[in-house]
Amino acid sequence: MSASDEIWILGIRMTKFGKHPDLDTVDLAAEAATGALSDAGLTMSDIGALAAGNLMAANAGIGQQLQKQIGQTGIPVYNVANACATGATALRTAIMAVKAGEVDYAMAVGVEKLSGAGLLGAGGRKRAEADVWAPAGRYGAVAPIDGRIGTEAMPGVFAQIGTEYGHKYGGTSFELFAKISEKNHAHSTLNPLAAYQKRFTLEQIMTDVMIAYPNTRAMCSANCDGAAAAVVCNGETLKSLSLEQRRRAVKVSASVLTTDPYEPGCQVLPNVNTLTRNAAATAYEQAGVGPSDLDLVELHDCFATAELVHYDNLMLCEEGGAADFFNSGATWRDGSTPVNVSGGLQSKGHPIAATGIANIWEICHHLRGEAGDRQIQNAKLGLAHVIGLGSACGVHILEKSAA
Amino acid sequence: MAGQIPLVDYLVLDDGEPHLIAQECAGCGARFFDRRNACAGCFATDFKSVPVATEGTVRTFTIVTFAAPGIPTPFVASVVDCDGTQVRANLINVEPDPEHVRDGMKVRLATYPIGTDSAGTEAVGFGFEPAT
Repeated sequence: MSASDEIWILGIRMTKFGKHPDLDTVDLAAEAATGALSDAGLTMSDIGALAAGNLMAANAGIGQQLQKQIGQTGIPVYNVANACATGATALRTAIMAVKAGEVDYAMAVGVEKLSGAGLLGAGGRKRAEADVWAPAGRYGAVAPIDGRIGTEAMPGVFAQIGTEYGHKYGGTSFELFAKISEKNHAHSTLNPLAAYQKRFTLEQIMTDVMIAYPNTRAMCSANCDGAAAAVVCNGETLKSLSLEQRRRAVKVSASVLTTDPYEPGCQVLPNVNTLTRNAAATAYEQAGVGPSDLDLVELHDCFATAELVHYDNLMLCEEGGAADFFNSGATWRDGSTPVNVSGGLQSKGHPIAATGIANIWEICHHLRGEAGDRQIQNAKLGLAHVIGLGSACGVHILEKSAA
Repeated sequence: MAGQIPLVDYLVLDDGEPHLIAQECAGCGARFFDRRNACAGCFATDFKSVPVATEGTVRTFTIVTFAAPGIPTPFVASVVDCDGTQVRANLINVEPDPEHVRDGMKVRLATYPIGTDSAGTEAVGFGFEPAT
């Protein structure tokens, strides 16, 4: 592989996740974007393409709004939306622009304002109670079906995904899922950018408000505000830059986006497993590494029940062995495969479109040796994973610079 | 009594015992509960309506205690394997707690009234209940 085929993250930044009542999406996106540019040692005049995502206002053109806030240079904007994989999709888009050889530098931005958003995915279509029953929609339904024919709300969907894993392989329990959440909340205490930095006891987690068994409130991702941005270039461009820029650059050894292939039942309950496994297999092959080479992993723990299945899907453990793998302590920050040392979506927070880039920021932070109190010592290789229900999966493998 | 109307059009109330129907791909047998231009699995374009088995086993479940406004809680949401066809449905006529619901339990289709409109028509929903 020649230097022009290699992709590098030159600059990356995430905002503090949490409540930002005085900042709108454009303010947050601008903070992340200007931060990433500054980190890269570039300005908007260097950027050849911009990929941007803001899922909750996907028709508003966040990319152009951002340009008006920090610099209008006439470059192409790709506004992307791909559920919770929106940020990873923006990054993937920026990477493809560089890989195509059309631009030297491309930037990806993801931003969301989600504080107080409540339950996502629930309710389906809103309909007034009809005077006379009138079938409507694809199922000829006479009344809303969410809650009458299963659940469309995220906590319940992912609860079923976790309990299904337990049914298939055994070893899971309410307590086991709660322990995963205990780990992530403990990790978050070392992350000053996390929305919540509060350690919870197992009992506090298990006795918190039940949302969808076995997920209590503490086991659900935290709705919050935040943004993240990254600037990428290829290896040939990197060669022309300063030693400091080359030293801090992080190599993107694999960048993969997948959707869910057809399997029986996948349109009844989303199958988040196969597309993750496919993305991981392709990513490991692209990077020429295996799961045991990873120093840390940030995976999509939108619910405690989801984190468990992704240990298996990312092949961090043997097939069917996720419960034993967790119980061994492997995924705590002092374990063999630290997972979600940022605190994960459950405590760092999940501003949807920002998440897919913020996970990569976390990995880069460790690979650069800049993670402070929560630094994973000698981290050289990391993996970032996101899932957007519907579904889309992004997997990126990142490697420390040898410079 | 002005008759009944099913909650969804794939619930059949007027042809023998209540049952669900699916659109089955003529090419590979994949089943869908609404219309498809082509099969998501094999891209074939011919489908036929087939009855879905009314008994099955619970593949997975959750007990939803916090839902959107207007949805009564708690309720048990699940996926039931009906002789190979995966069906999304609530589990009904069972205590909604982890002691009474388990993966792998045998269940059967059951219907229940949802409400009656101004013309006197009763809407009928479905769920699965323990098959004891």
